[in-house]
Amino acid sequence: MANIISDGTIEYVGILAKLELSEEEKERAKKDMSEMLYYIDKLNELDTSGIEPVSHIFTMNNVLREDVITNGDGSSQTLANAPEQAEGGIVVPKTILDESAKMRPGGGDGV
Amino acid sequence: MSITGMTALELGNKIQKREISVVEATEAVLESVRRKEPSINAFVTVDGEGARKRAKEVQKQIDEGTLTGPLAGVPVAVKDNLCTEGMPTTCSSKILHNFIPSYTATAVENLMRAGAVVIGKTNMDEFAMGSTTETSYFGATKNPWNTSHVPGGSSGGSCAAVAAEECPYALGSDTGGSIRQPSSFCGVVGLKPTYGTVSRYGLVAYGSSLDQIGPIARDVADCAAVLEAVASYDTKDSTSVRRQDLDFTSALKEGVSGMKIGLPRDYFGTGLNTEVKEAVLAAAKKLEGCGAVIEEFNLGLVEYAIPAYYVIACAEASSNLARFDGIKYGYRTKQYEGLHNLYKKSRSEGFGPEVKRRIMLGSFVLSSGYYDAYYLKALRTKALIKQEFDKAFAHYDMILGPAAPSTAPRLGENLDDPIKMYLGDIYTVSVNLAGLPGISVPCGTDKAGLPVGVQLIGNCFEEKKIIRAAYTLERTGGYSRSTLAVLDGTSERGK
Repeated sequence: MANIISDGTIEYVGILAKLELSEEEKERAKKDMSEMLYYIDKLNELDTSGIEPVSHIFTMNNVLREDVITNGDGSSQTLANAPEQAEGGIVVPKTILDESAKMRPGGGDGV
Repeated sequence: MSITGMTALELGNKIQKREISVVEATEAVLESVRRKEPSINAFVTVDGEGARKRAKEVQKQIDEGTLTGPLAGVPVAVKDNLCTEGMPTTCSSKILHNFIPSYTATAVENLMRAGAVVIGKTNMDEFAMGSTTETSYFGATKNPWNTSHVPGGSSGGSCAAVAAEECPYALGSDTGGSIRQPSSFCGVVGLKPTYGTVSRYGLVAYGSSLDQIGPIARDVADCAAVLEAVASYDTKDSTSVRRQDLDFTSALKEGVSGMKIGLPRDYFGTGLNTEVKEAVLAAAKKLEGCGAVIEEFNLGLVEYAIPAYYVIACAEASSNLARFDGIKYGYRTKQYEGLHNLYKKSRSEGFGPEVKRRIMLGSFVLSSGYYDAYYLKALRTKALIKQEFDKAFAHYDMILGPAAPSTAPRLGENLDDPIKMYLGDIYTVSVNLAGLPGISVPCGTDKAGLPVGVQLIGNCFEEKKIIRAAYTLERTGGYSRSTLAVLDGTSERGK
């Protein structure tokens, strides 16, 4: 299973992880991930059939409460952390496409 | 004794007796930081002005009689992944280098309520991913015992600051050993509580099902007192556990008579440095001399803990770190075309190599087609590991072993070989997988004079047992504070 890390896989994982890797980084990532997965494959020695996956050690229940505001208005402190801000809002690149772009195949701002 | 040489409880006691003022204590600590930081680099942020202001407020409350606790007025350093309102919280990452939280983590709030004076934020591996504190964007922290060695990680800044007497105690976080391993490397006491004991609200998440906040101090009594102050049930953390037994200082009693302590054979096998082995076994002998029953036993599945841990931790990290996208806070790339390019470039420029490595691995094991084979397999393994510990605790009150396979390595030694670095976590990660409490207590040094820690692992909610055994060991182990006093000449050592 360890040899599954192809150039295509690295590209795909880069898309999932929203990371843009340089050629050098991709080569390194391929090597590192292959080594790690080779090591992780050790888990296949274990028979885990019939064992339920456990994400938390203790039984986790939903903690429900009324949605009451307890903190004050932290908007100015929150906005102060924004990389770019204007008129009480965070400045971001345009995310809604114009009509002509929407009609073009692949015109969306996809991955 | 100098102010900086005192434990937190000793200093707190003198403050209550009005023998030392909070301002004096704070000034002494800040002066120690100023003097030692050039050689140690334990801090990312030192807030002298804020600490002085806070010291006066705390003194006033002590004088008014509203703050009477044992930690009131005692300065503390906080790991830089715990949010502190108005004080930068960077996770030692470029992507958060300018982030100033608008709220304070519950654990830190609890300390403030006990009268703590926060002097600053300590260095760490970026996002707590590492075992050496070398992956920090702000440069490596050095081990106070020998500055050409690492302090361990990821709470390396907190442990080095306490060891170098830059502050009496500190908070750290432990996802796979990040309190216990650097505590072992720096000759301090570090405790990772049972999962859910300390609220994670305001702790920047790495592996949410594994992360716990815990104390780092110069002795066991301080650790117990600090844990007592920070532990609380918190509605802001859905994994918080309601416990009635948070009086950890009540366990500070000598005596382990009749306690059954198990030594897992696999914790003393190949891969363990001989000098570490001798020091840890000597600690077991001492507890035996105090009346404990020591037995070797087979703890199953030890070799599967690291692969399971890295799958789970990286999977959770890839999800938790998705929020760092250059939009609402932190680093944003200078030039970009469109939203996705902004995300990608901000993240690629903002994260360091180890963080990217773990996000990539985590994204892969969660991806369609591999989720069952890797992620679910790891969660099933985790269930089996937990069962092994259940079996062990049916026979033993606690488990004793090393905290790390070696003493602190030299700077730069482990960085290029991730697997080698990950293997160093062999004695610590399973404790996180099973949600157990663990404490590392100094038990000797190697021939080069670097500290060795012994780890005591308890069953869930049985901190008191390991605190009691650790306290007994400290009292009878001959590894006293006088040994730690050699640290006074910090900057001269290791040159």
